[in-house]
Amino acid sequence: MLIAVLSCFILACFAPWLHRLGGRHSGWLLALLPATLFAYFASMLPTISQGQSLQFAYAWFPGMGIQLSFLVDGLSLLFALLITGIGFFILAYGGRYLEKHKDLGRFFVFLLGFMGSMLGVVLSDNLISLFVFWELTTVTSFMLIGFNHEQEDARKKAHQGLMITVMGGLALMTGFIMLGMAAGSYELSTILNSDGLTEHALYLPMLLLILLGAFTKSAQAPFHFWLPNAMAAPTPVSAYLHSATMVKAGVYLLARLNPGLGGTDTWLLMLTLFGALTMLTGIFLASRATGVKKVLAYSTVMALGTLTMLLGLGTETAALAAVTFLLAHALYKGALFMVAGILDHSAGVKDFTQAGGLRHSMPKTTVVAVLASLSLAGIIPLFGFVGKELLLEAVLSASKWHIGLTIATVIANILVVLVAAIVALQPWFGAVVETPKKPHDPDIALLIGPAVLATLGLVFGLMPFIADKGLLAAAAGAVYGQPVELYLALWHGINLPLMLSLSSLLLGLLLFKVWSGWRQLTNFMHSAEKIGPEVVYERLMLGMTQFAAWQTNTLQNGYLRNYLITTLGTVIIVVGWALLRVNQLELNISFQDMRVHEVAIAVLLIFSALIAVLVRSFLAAVAMLGALGFGVALLYVFFSAIDVGITQVLVETITVLLLVLVLYRLPEFRSLSSTANRIRDAIIAGMTGLLMTILILAITGARQLEGISDYFLQNSGPLGHGRNIVNVILVDFRALDTLGEIFVLALVAIGVYAMIHLRTGALPVTNSDRRAAFNLRRTQKDKAKADAKAEADASAVASKGEE
Amino acid sequence: MKPRRFNMRSLILNTGSSLLLPLLVLFSLFLLLRGHDEPGGGFIGGLVAAAAVALKLFAEDYKAARDMLRVHPLQLVGIGLVLAAVASLPPLFVGESFFTAQWWSLDLPIFGELKLSTPLLFDIGVFLGVIGTVLTVVFTLAEAEHS
Repeated sequence: MLIAVLSCFILACFAPWLHRLGGRHSGWLLALLPATLFAYFASMLPTISQGQSLQFAYAWFPGMGIQLSFLVDGLSLLFALLITGIGFFILAYGGRYLEKHKDLGRFFVFLLGFMGSMLGVVLSDNLISLFVFWELTTVTSFMLIGFNHEQEDARKKAHQGLMITVMGGLALMTGFIMLGMAAGSYELSTILNSDGLTEHALYLPMLLLILLGAFTKSAQAPFHFWLPNAMAAPTPVSAYLHSATMVKAGVYLLARLNPGLGGTDTWLLMLTLFGALTMLTGIFLASRATGVKKVLAYSTVMALGTLTMLLGLGTETAALAAVTFLLAHALYKGALFMVAGILDHSAGVKDFTQAGGLRHSMPKTTVVAVLASLSLAGIIPLFGFVGKELLLEAVLSASKWHIGLTIATVIANILVVLVAAIVALQPWFGAVVETPKKPHDPDIALLIGPAVLATLGLVFGLMPFIADKGLLAAAAGAVYGQPVELYLALWHGINLPLMLSLSSLLLGLLLFKVWSGWRQLTNFMHSAEKIGPEVVYERLMLGMTQFAAWQTNTLQNGYLRNYLITTLGTVIIVVGWALLRVNQLELNISFQDMRVHEVAIAVLLIFSALIAVLVRSFLAAVAMLGALGFGVALLYVFFSAIDVGITQVLVETITVLLLVLVLYRLPEFRSLSSTANRIRDAIIAGMTGLLMTILILAITGARQLEGISDYFLQNSGPLGHGRNIVNVILVDFRALDTLGEIFVLALVAIGVYAMIHLRTGALPVTNSDRRAAFNLRRTQKDKAKADAKAEADASAVASKGEE
Repeated sequence: MKPRRFNMRSLILNTGSSLLLPLLVLFSLFLLLRGHDEPGGGFIGGLVAAAAVALKLFAEDYKAARDMLRVHPLQLVGIGLVLAAVASLPPLFVGESFFTAQWWSLDLPIFGELKLSTPLLFDIGVFLGVIGTVLTVVFTLAEAEHS
């Protein structure tokens, strides 16, 4: 199982080379992996379809109790089969679709990486690993939306998708941590079986946070706008990530958590409300759009809303309807997106209004498109019909608000029929319209995916028991929390759902007749979009950068004194407050065991500090600070911290060296600040000193926990093989800290180097600049050498002459 | 305002530094190697070595110090970081957790027992990192003044 998930990432690492090896057929070559994985997951079907589940666990962070564990039940297997199955076709399709793209190798890397992450999301049994994979899908999706990164538009939209899903991801992580705390475990298999989660005090916050994560990922209103914008990605990506798999991750999560968190009024309210809203928004916008991918993207938003609504209802019928609808949607929407790609690839059509009568030149594609659209419209005997009947049945039998939900669903269905009619009829039938490219049926790599998916929609429709007994019953059981007794059938007899679908079919077809009129009628949306959520998002982003700019200008204004005031002021307030509250200031100061030399050093320190403040010359101030530092070093030595003392002496030495180098650059010593400023600075400095003094006295006076120095004293010999405890701590016991520190040192070095070179304009920027700079330096060096030699020769001649 | 320039060439400093330099470098290595048992270690050793090169800078000039070091100090930082990071890896191959110290002792014919360890490698990394950082700052400042 671990290998199954990791193999995608491993193959992703080698994809660019395999791509070069495979040449024109590299897509097929790489598609072998999802095919193998599909077979592997399919081999689990007999076990899973009996309602059992499989678990796999591997130690990951044993110290923190985090393990990499996988859970395979009906729901995760359904997703895993969709991911690998559709993934197979997408790789083959993508290899041909982007055949001439220079970055095809990179495309494969991200696509395979995404496949692995998505498998990780749906198979993870552990919340933490689920979250990690979840974020990985976000990152790979970002790379794929922005695949054509030279276009500003693609970058902008990739950024938008990233920001929204990452924001949701943060909320999700917090929600997961609360969930883990409430349930006492991070294993989903344990969480879902634990009782009382819905009565837990953290239930509401964690539910809202998890929903925020799921809603942003699955593009629920009002976050729906990123999904149509994600269509900036190449079409294979849209087909895979933004219709069949990734956007369903949120839905997956809701389905997965339903047995544990579902069933409450809040759950019902949030999911049905937002689901229904998304459903209507999505399909309404789809019916107005004309761009091929836009229409499909908005209708995907509708499907995601429908799924969320069904999961909110939480009844047995709704659970079965959700998984059925999900499978049907993945089949027809995957097919339709690939058809959209074919339209673009073979005919240059990106907009439905640009095409017509293509059935003559693209007969095979037409058949596939019509078949998939019929499933979208939910027409008997396709699988979409089964899904739609169940959907209507589920909303009709909802425990609350069933009238409102039914009306919403019927309206959505009417518009779905309209959209399906647009997709099935507009480009293929009617009068022939001139297209940018000469239309032709594509080759097999492009056509096989949609053809197989569309055909499966027909097969499952005619024989729903294959899908049902095979997997959907088990999946619905996993969503519902206990085995479902219902079964799928194509024909339920003449009942209310059937009547509702028939009427929506008729109305939808009527609407198609007046499609352009409908678009004009709903033109008011243009003005509505000006206050839509996308505008709010853009305002927020703009506000964030403006706030950042304001904050940077205020806090980071380039004056060292202001930085010091801010930093020290914060320290005084925060630490001082904590000190007063927690410690009540019980200081035991005794001067009894002080010795003469200690007093002498203390007096020296105080005097050098005073002189450093009062003296009116840089050099004298530096010297006094040096004296201060050496005095502190002496103190260390007397208290037998020799290493620290040596370090202090050396640091003081080097500081003086650096100051001498800098002193040249400083202007003459003058007092520029006003008296008020100086009084303010004196107060802050004085308070800081006072605070530190009290703090140290309080710490040494109130040691409550046993010190760790005894441990180091005892163990540095036996465990660290060294007698110098300071060094053993630095390089062995706390080596990781030291590693971090030297990385910080390195950053400082690079920072100083970059800043000063930037000022003097000598920083080589590009490789050619660097090479030029190097050559220049070399010629200068050579010249200097030659000069020196000439000089030496001259002097030699001269000295000879003297002789 | 034009920066004031001091002529820091002094014969005493010049002669003294050329005598002191090898000693200081040797001393820094001594500090590095004895550090595990006696006061010293990579950090202190690194500071001494950096101070030695800085002494060269003050006694002669920027170019002389730069030529003495041969490599760019930032390269030293890089090498140091790599060594320190690499020192964390060997325990993984013997099934112990990240950064567990590993000790190997070799019997050399004349010198006796030689103890090698990952903490030593790590300390060498710290040593180089400190030298590199300090000298990067010193050289950059000196160069800015030079130009």
